[in-house]
Amino acid sequence: MPWNLTSDRPIFIQIMDIISLDIISGKYSPGEKLPSVRDLAQEASVNPNTMQKALSELERTGLVFSQRTSGRFITEDVQMIEDLKSQKAKEKIKEFLENMEKLGVNHEETIALVTQTLKGEQ
Amino acid sequence: MSTILECKDLCKSYGSKTALHNVNLAIESGHIIGLLGPNGSGKTTLIKLINGLLTPSSGQLYINQNPVGVESKKIVSYLPDHTYLESNLRVRDVFSYFCDFYEDFEEQRAYDMLAKLNINPSDRLKTMSKGTKEKVQLILVMSRRAKLYVLDEPIAGVDPAARDYILNTILSNYDEEATILISTHLISDIENILDQVIFIRQGQICLSSSVDAIRQEQGKSVDALFREVFRC
Repeated sequence: MPWNLTSDRPIFIQIMDIISLDIISGKYSPGEKLPSVRDLAQEASVNPNTMQKALSELERTGLVFSQRTSGRFITEDVQMIEDLKSQKAKEKIKEFLENMEKLGVNHEETIALVTQTLKGEQ
Repeated sequence: MSTILECKDLCKSYGSKTALHNVNLAIESGHIIGLLGPNGSGKTTLIKLINGLLTPSSGQLYINQNPVGVESKKIVSYLPDHTYLESNLRVRDVFSYFCDFYEDFEEQRAYDMLAKLNINPSDRLKTMSKGTKEKVQLILVMSRRAKLYVLDEPIAGVDPAARDYILNTILSNYDEEATILISTHLISDIENILDQVIFIRQGQICLSSSVDAIRQEQGKSVDALFREVFRC
């Protein structure tokens, strides 16, 4: 199953986002070995050079690191993954709040609605 | 990285009609390149020149530093836009024909791919649908360990599911040193596996860029850019 990539943004950036999300959500655990560039490229149905570029960029952020002969691994820095997780969460919340404002729902009302929805779920 | 394909002031005309005009192009090895252009822009002419089916009117063309000839044909695997195989043959016979013809043809890989696509090796080509024939042709081409693969419209006649399989076949069957040049109109289908594109218009190269650079600079896909550049 090819990865879900949109047409408006560079492919390598979208791949970086997808792998970051996999790390945050725990699909890959800290210190785990990543599949090879070739395997990942095939799984995503993208050019191996593009996959290579995405992984090199992820390396620059420190989220993955490579060991010369044995491949690429997820960082063991749990704090770093947690920081990224809260950063992404904040982005999502900001986006959500903006959408609420577009609907004309102010922050207090939003909080009330969120609480209400959560109670409804329980 | 070395230059696998180089064109210098390449021209080709058919009588008074110019098909290619002063094409200068250098392609590095290790890439998958899309050769994109509207109908009649010169894609197939360029591809036929690369394979020695046509001779240039002027200018030069080098493949791996050699002129087109026996040496270049050993390392170029070509998928033509029309079949040239005898339709009475069975797939099995075509495979052994390719074994005789090309040193780098790996028969076992060809049989593996055939099995994956549920094609019977004893079937004759003339009993097959257009799409199935195209699949067989692509299997033949991708089963060679070539340095340069030149695919002229490889996915035009097959259904979307087989298209995905074919793209995966292309991705998994070429090694990192090899180069693939694909000409097609179905840009959005193959865009993700390309890393470079060449736009050709009226026999001239009008753009040569990486896919991600286009997306970054233009904020749109290659498909969208193509529709804009070649708007009728």
